[in-house]
Amino acid sequence: MANICQYGSFTHAVVRSIPETFGGKAESGDGHENGDVSVDLAKAQRQFGCLTGALRQKVGLQLIEIPPDPELPESWRIEDVAVIQGDTALITRPYKHQRRSEVEAVRRVMSELNVTVVEMGAADGDSGGATLEGSDVLFTGREFFVGLSSHTNRRGAEVLADTFKDFAVSTVPVCGGARLKNICSMGGPDTIIINNSDGAKKTLRMMEQLTDHHYEVLTVPDESAANCVYIRGPSSRDFLLHRPAEECPDSVSAFQKLQDYTLLPTACSEASKLGASLSSLCLLINRKHTYF
Amino acid sequence: MKLVVCHVNLLDGTDFSCEVEKRAKGQFLFFKVCEHLNLLEKDYFGLSYTDSHEQKCWLDPTKEIKRQIRSNNWQFAFNVKFYPPDPSLLTEDITRYLLCLQLREDVATGRLPCSFVTHALLGSYTLQAEFGDYEPDQPRPLDYINQRTFAPNQNKEMEEKILELHKSHRGMTPALADTQFLENAKKLSMYGVDLHQAKDSEGVDIMLGVCANGLLVYKDRLRINRFAWPKILKISYKRNNFYIKIRPGETEQFESTVGFKLQNHRSAKRLWKVCVENHSFFRLNSPEPPTKARFLTLGSKFRYSGRTQAQTRVASSLIDRPSPNFERTSSKRISRSLDGAPVISITEAGRDTTENGRDPHLELHSDSKVKEVDLSPGDADATPTKQSPGASELAPSQSPMRVHGDNIYVRHSNLMLEDHDKTQDEVLKHQASISQLKRSFMEAPPPSPPQPNQWEKRLTSSPATTIRIQQQQVASVPQSEADAADNRISDTKEPAKTTEVEIEETVVVQEVSKAPKPGLVTVTISSPEMNEQEAKAEEEALVAEGAQAVKQESISSDSESEEEAEYHPNVSVSISHTQIPEEKEEEEEEDQEEKEEDTSAPDAPSLPAEVIKPEEAICQEVEDSGRGDAEEKTSAKEEKESEKETETSTDDPMMTPKEAPNGLDLHEETVSEMVAPVAAEEEEQPKVNGEASLVEAEVRPQVICCSEPPVVKTEMVTISDTFAAQKTEIATKEVPIVHTETKTITYEAAQLDGNGDGEPGVLMTAQTITSESLCTTTTTHITKTLKGGLSETRIEKRIVITGDCDIDHDQALAQAIKEAKEQHPDMSVTRVVVHKETELAEEED
Repeated sequence: MANICQYGSFTHAVVRSIPETFGGKAESGDGHENGDVSVDLAKAQRQFGCLTGALRQKVGLQLIEIPPDPELPESWRIEDVAVIQGDTALITRPYKHQRRSEVEAVRRVMSELNVTVVEMGAADGDSGGATLEGSDVLFTGREFFVGLSSHTNRRGAEVLADTFKDFAVSTVPVCGGARLKNICSMGGPDTIIINNSDGAKKTLRMMEQLTDHHYEVLTVPDESAANCVYIRGPSSRDFLLHRPAEECPDSVSAFQKLQDYTLLPTACSEASKLGASLSSLCLLINRKHTYF
Repeated sequence: MKLVVCHVNLLDGTDFSCEVEKRAKGQFLFFKVCEHLNLLEKDYFGLSYTDSHEQKCWLDPTKEIKRQIRSNNWQFAFNVKFYPPDPSLLTEDITRYLLCLQLREDVATGRLPCSFVTHALLGSYTLQAEFGDYEPDQPRPLDYINQRTFAPNQNKEMEEKILELHKSHRGMTPALADTQFLENAKKLSMYGVDLHQAKDSEGVDIMLGVCANGLLVYKDRLRINRFAWPKILKISYKRNNFYIKIRPGETEQFESTVGFKLQNHRSAKRLWKVCVENHSFFRLNSPEPPTKARFLTLGSKFRYSGRTQAQTRVASSLIDRPSPNFERTSSKRISRSLDGAPVISITEAGRDTTENGRDPHLELHSDSKVKEVDLSPGDADATPTKQSPGASELAPSQSPMRVHGDNIYVRHSNLMLEDHDKTQDEVLKHQASISQLKRSFMEAPPPSPPQPNQWEKRLTSSPATTIRIQQQQVASVPQSEADAADNRISDTKEPAKTTEVEIEETVVVQEVSKAPKPGLVTVTISSPEMNEQEAKAEEEALVAEGAQAVKQESISSDSESEEEAEYHPNVSVSISHTQIPEEKEEEEEEDQEEKEEDTSAPDAPSLPAEVIKPEEAICQEVEDSGRGDAEEKTSAKEEKESEKETETSTDDPMMTPKEAPNGLDLHEETVSEMVAPVAAEEEEQPKVNGEASLVEAEVRPQVICCSEPPVVKTEMVTISDTFAAQKTEIATKEVPIVHTETKTITYEAAQLDGNGDGEPGVLMTAQTITSESLCTTTTTHITKTLKGGLSETRIEKRIVITGDCDIDHDQALAQAIKEAKEQHPDMSVTRVVVHKETELAEEED
């Protein structure tokens, strides 16, 4: 298809720094989600720094860092506000009202990068109830899986399907986690990393039922280990950002099964306390399109 | 004959009109269109019409057009019916071009949704293919572009993008541009998906999409479920309900049935038909013959009647013509190369066909037969009346070699298996059908100059002996090659005094790893007589000229009324075929040449009177035209030999001396003897038909629920004696096959009945053993044929291993051979075919 490159080839990463209000309760948000966890802001910022450092220096991506906005305590979860495939970015409509203004800065960056921006809310009346967050969207290079979760609904998935018409968009229930990307992520062009909870297995079975393709499945024992970031670097090297041994002691050996990968253990414990993970912190873009 | 003018809207937007007899069948018109288009790989295409309810329907090639359209509007459209999952596997550019045209329309109308960028990219390839390189000083480039529709919501921005991308394709040939177009189009998620509106069990609007891989369920634009063909056990409809029965999952115990509601029974039936056709085309090696009339059988007996993808690929690989010229443009009329010579001759043929109610394609076929006979000096060899010693040697020495085509070879290939696990007759017939098919391919574009010339050259340049040798080599190639003439030759040989019997044990190890799960269904087959099967197949003579036989999935069906029908797509595997429907087709075609008005054979299969016709046809052809076409076939063989990777083995000092004398005798008797077996068969058939319903029931695979015992049946034939093994070895050309052993065992067999004419028996056992990840189905198939003084017994064993894990086929093969040897120590393993098949979807990615 026109915009299929080798899966995982990216040139840019867009991140948004951790604000001082990190971990603060979003007003009128579902309080229980991050109500009683205590997070270490400085540690979160250090971890964020490590992540961006790895993306820039190890993987070799151009990094675009959007400055933090204290008004938007969850704006660092930048993955949620856009789904990017090829040269099209779908600006999503997050579930929480107060998060919806997070999209503005991201939209600007997308325009600067010359990415075609599609608004989820804009399409005539289409916003009617549609919500979608990027952490419920798994793009495998061949198709999209949209996890129907508390934050993403079917209408949102439909908008996504309308935006990326080239691809099959399948909806799956999210079992065993709050978000689809909490229980699985891509570990390579044909590899799905998934944790071995029963819920995740159920979701995986559904994905296998719905797909025309065959994916390798890498099962990891730690629940939080299933969220990784796979990037095919400039020199066609495979990078995998994954949770370090301290956070996921049992899963590191599973990652070592990936042949010829450069493994980049990246800590994410603080964001993780808020239900996020590695992939939540960055948007990956490929601006070097080859059509042929 | 009343003639009607048909208008066919072609993919480039032009109209093709032709006259057809009012009672002509769909395929007649379809072939005419294909000839007009100079299209050989036609199986991906079909004709559609709009029914009285404004619904697009496919014209059934086996049925009369008039009865399908049910109106006086003889208006059709030529369309892609089966979108090849990988267009790069198509043989000819012209086929790809036609597919492109269809896809351009699909994309432009929005039937095939794609993104802005994809629209632009596809549009740019279209421009490159049709206009060549981008010319900056071309007058108003945007003019030509905005007259074209590339997308449903085309705008200036898109047109600019198209032009921009067009510039980047500089230097790309039209064929390459088409290829690129298809490479991009095939990846679109809705490529080849035929959508049908439906409601789910809760009344929610959904879309059902039928495609090469199975059935997709969409709600709005989202895919909410998918049923791959291997998971579907049965497809049926009843009134406006459409049902699929799903194979139980790993954890489930029972199969489940999913029902959908369609608008009305017509849409349910249409969906069902599309499913049957798509499943057959993409998943079967050869089409399932339509269900026969049985007791109390009402309802749709519809089956896919064309070639399957597997067959059409084999057929395409035999295409040997310079790629036809055609002009890629959707704005102009078709170029002269299409309207030129071929069309003229088509018209001639067409006239004949209208007169005779025959197939144009057959007509052509016989035309060129005559021509080739004229051309070929070697013709005499094959003509029985001439009795040239060379000829008489030729026939027998060739037939035994093929007949005893005793090669053991191990082959790993997708499409090759069908021919190898057949009895000798099958092989012969199959070969006949292949050559038939080949001929039809070669001759479809009527007197195409290069063809005869090449053949002529070859024939004239090679002395008769050479030809003979080649024939021999070819002869033992079970894969294909043979032809009706050989068939006859071998037939005639048998009535002669040679008391020669072939025992052949074929072990076919077939790996089917395409089913994602091991569950295989055991099939009960008890087909008493091979001839019955043959007869059946004959009756059912399909349109297809396909050349394959082994089914790995078979279908049983039954239905109670027109309002409903069933189709069992996946019932496994273990039918061993005695019959090759395609061969029947050939016979039928011959038959049609004889009988002016014999159009009903395929439709009314079980009428004895009609069954006999093919046999008559054969006799007649034998007598009348004698070996008229032998030469042609020879050349066909040579042809094939060069283009097919064939495994042959000849080296048979023993054999030749032995056979030759026989052959001589034989040959003198040829004509008269030849009639005998044919007549015998003829006699047999009414009986077969009498039993038809019974046979049917037995032959049809029955699904045995997993809870039932997996062992199915039956009996063993005891072989009284064996002796005289012959080694055959034929020189091998570029062969990917491991040649292990060849052997013929002959023995004196007891007469089956006083008559002494062929009463072949088929006994089969089938056994299924299921382990955790593998399912092994073994089918034993014993054929005993008595013709004249000859009896031959052949045991074929097919072992199908299905599993989702890797299968050590070497080990499986070794085991199979070992077992075969143990079970029949006095017989020899003559042929081993390994067929490995993996999930299509994966291959094609």
